[in-house]
Amino acid sequence: MAYHSNSQRALSALAEPVRQEIYERLATRPQAVGELAAQMPISRPAVSQHLKILKEAGLVTETPDGTRRIYRLDPRGIAAIREWLDQTWARALVDFKIFAENAEKQEKEK
Amino acid sequence: MTIAPIKISQTINAPPARCFELFVNRIGDWWPKGQTLSKGDYKALTIEPKKGGRWFEVDGNDQDIQWGEVLAWEPPYRLLLVWRLNSNFAYDPKLHTEVELTFKDAGAGKTTMNLEHRDLEKLGDNAEKFIGMLAGGWESHVATVTKFIEAQK
Repeated sequence: MAYHSNSQRALSALAEPVRQEIYERLATRPQAVGELAAQMPISRPAVSQHLKILKEAGLVTETPDGTRRIYRLDPRGIAAIREWLDQTWARALVDFKIFAENAEKQEKEK
Repeated sequence: MTIAPIKISQTINAPPARCFELFVNRIGDWWPKGQTLSKGDYKALTIEPKKGGRWFEVDGNDQDIQWGEVLAWEPPYRLLLVWRLNSNFAYDPKLHTEVELTFKDAGAGKTTMNLEHRDLEKLGDNAEKFIGMLAGGWESHVATVTKFIEAQK
């Protein structure tokens, strides 16, 4: 799909199954990179890379805890999904209005 | 927690019956290209014109991709659809979010069209998990969430 801005990034970030799994694991509780890597069949750097993408997409946030960084879901992620739907419907209905009015005009001119 | 529904209202310079017919029968002609699940343009987008009818697209490889179904078929004034695409844009037969369209006669051959997409809190199970987290004392983000929900009201 063609997405918009923040919501585009949020949704395309979640389209990758591994990132979806990380996101779901973080939904159960906030965790550090090492904890996530221990539960998954991928390396710690790979987890970090996915977290970076999730973070850039506005889906997770991090907070320092001593030498570790704790990742948790960013509540604005849900707002992004709603925003995307809102924009999609708005655009679809504008296109519909134009289409319907053109069709009606052509019908009358017949 | 609920997420405020999406509501859009617009006036169309065509009567309700015409709008209803074009909305359903010609959705594949007016729905924005590139705004579907197909990679590239969709081949077809269809709402089967009856209660229980399917709402689906056909992609470039002739594969059907389901979107949902028709819950209420009340031409020319009301159409109720169920949208079953989750937050990952995967069809989930268990997901139920409703899209209600009404076409009111606005006089002089015009229509007031209203769209409401509701039950958005059910989108995927992300929302549910998210609520669980809040209940678990996820205090650092409560303020942000509260602000967001209030802004939607």
